[in-house]
Amino acid sequence: MRLVVNKIVLGLSVFAALLGLVFLGWILVTLFLKGMTAMNLSLFTHDLVDNGLRNLIVGQFVLAGLASLIGIPLGMVAGIYLREYGYGSRFAELIRDLSDIMMSAPSIVIGAFVYAVAVIPFGGPSGFAGAFALAIMMIPIVINTTDSMLSLVPKELREAGIALGASKYKVIFDIVIRAAKVGIMTGILLSFARIIGETAPLLFTSETSNYFTLDLTESFPSMTVSIYNLANEPEESARDLAWAASLILTVLVLVINLTGRYVTRNKHK
Amino acid sequence: MLEKLFQKISLGSASFVLVLLIGIFVTLFLAAKPAIDEFGLHFLVDPRWNTEVPVENSDMTKEPQAVSSSMMQDGVTTDDVVEDEEDDLLADDEDLLGDDEDLEGEKATKTVYGGLVPIVGTILSTLIAMLFAVPIAMGIAVFLAEIAPKNISTPVGIAIELLAAIPSIIFGMWGLFYFAPIISDIFGGYQVSLLTAGLVLGIMILPFMAAITRDSMNTTPDILKESAYALGATKFEVIKDVIFPYSKVGIIGSIILSLGRALGETMAVAFLIGAVYQLPEKITDPTISIPVAMAVNFGEASGLGESALFYLGLILFVFSFGVISLAKFYFLKRNKG
Repeated sequence: MRLVVNKIVLGLSVFAALLGLVFLGWILVTLFLKGMTAMNLSLFTHDLVDNGLRNLIVGQFVLAGLASLIGIPLGMVAGIYLREYGYGSRFAELIRDLSDIMMSAPSIVIGAFVYAVAVIPFGGPSGFAGAFALAIMMIPIVINTTDSMLSLVPKELREAGIALGASKYKVIFDIVIRAAKVGIMTGILLSFARIIGETAPLLFTSETSNYFTLDLTESFPSMTVSIYNLANEPEESARDLAWAASLILTVLVLVINLTGRYVTRNKHK
Repeated sequence: MLEKLFQKISLGSASFVLVLLIGIFVTLFLAAKPAIDEFGLHFLVDPRWNTEVPVENSDMTKEPQAVSSSMMQDGVTTDDVVEDEEDDLLADDEDLLGDDEDLEGEKATKTVYGGLVPIVGTILSTLIAMLFAVPIAMGIAVFLAEIAPKNISTPVGIAIELLAAIPSIIFGMWGLFYFAPIISDIFGGYQVSLLTAGLVLGIMILPFMAAITRDSMNTTPDILKESAYALGATKFEVIKDVIFPYSKVGIIGSIILSLGRALGETMAVAFLIGAVYQLPEKITDPTISIPVAMAVNFGEASGLGESALFYLGLILFVFSFGVISLAKFYFLKRNKG
């Protein structure tokens, strides 16, 4: 009897796992098939007005890149504070907790916040506002990774540095960061992959544009927001474009993720 | 010198998180203030959104009925606060005045915003997602942690983690074009509905939930499991009597954390919930959730309507803040670095 129950439950578990994988596989296969049929080289050389995706791809990279320029240094330095300067203090604990919570905060609310502080006062959506919203999404992730990667660096390394007479600042930059470099790089890659696929924070901050522009003070082309708009249009051609853009986005995210994993794995070998 | 400077900078960056969080809260509150003042807590139970209702304006009802239309307008303009919405109302009043003067002597209208529909929609869609995702995620987690041999569980585990990284908008699009037609064939009703939105939301949080639940299960020390096996326990008994009790708190934490994610999810739901301000009578009816209300209406909203959306955002923020902190600090405390 016990053995029968055991078999049944284990069977159910395997079934659940298969069911989950079937759904997820279904999504990927659909995405790949629809995306590939709509894919052609001219997508990369034309802008959205001419049924291409060039301006969107560039725009999404510019937004995520600019967000990284703000988010990565800020997040890293804050992470360093949590682990190296404020370690154990109640303030550092509080910041760590808050940053943990912010990592899961609804992205649309961050969009609304940026709308209130950076869109309304400046009279309209802009690339800067979009990048700002993405940076807010990114900072807690970078803090979290930096903090946990620095925690893996053995205390003895720091003590050795201090014993040699190095200042704390020197110890952090020449010893601790170097030791944790690979881990932090991976974390940064993963956080970049996370924000480049975000839609909700950009909906009303950067909005999107059909034209190629690098002017960050106006509505800025965003691939994710355009996917949302295109998918809601009735024409088949617009939807095909949305699928192609989705495929590009997904491949991008997966490649960045896999790169991050590969780098870490090599390190641990 | 540099030492001091860097320490200051790092302290400043860390404080930025606090400033940001307080800033988000205060900004949302200030932006929502007009709506909070206007509707108060009644907002939470009011199912009307952007609905014109007649108001009893105490000053106006006292005015004699046979008042001339021009005087009427003056009365209105001085009495009412200058707000965009009210300006619209004035315009409506003027139109109506021509048709029926008697009615206008007593009645004006105002636009009412209530949050009940999006709040109910958010809760119900999240509930459906959880009912769907929790059993499957548990199955996947058990499979990965206990059943599958290592050469299967590692690649499947990585695949699951990669799937968790796929942008949510992809799930929404797939749901709209491929999943919704099937669901409406099976269950009847609309293609865009609470049910399809909930199910797609469930599929979306599945990889995340499975991955962190598996991590919780993996914290069970091997020695406990081995002791149970040595006593002759079956795999199911080990899972039920050793792993679940040991990692219970972590598993509940993982589920609640996923719930927090589902609550605030916008794009997977935006395609599928229908975005109509209407309480669902059946599970296959379309409705709206808070993130979707914000995503869809923010662009064209102004004045009180915009403020009401900020009010919704504030509710969502506070609520998910509570849910996430509960998960992180009560249940997942052990995992803290």
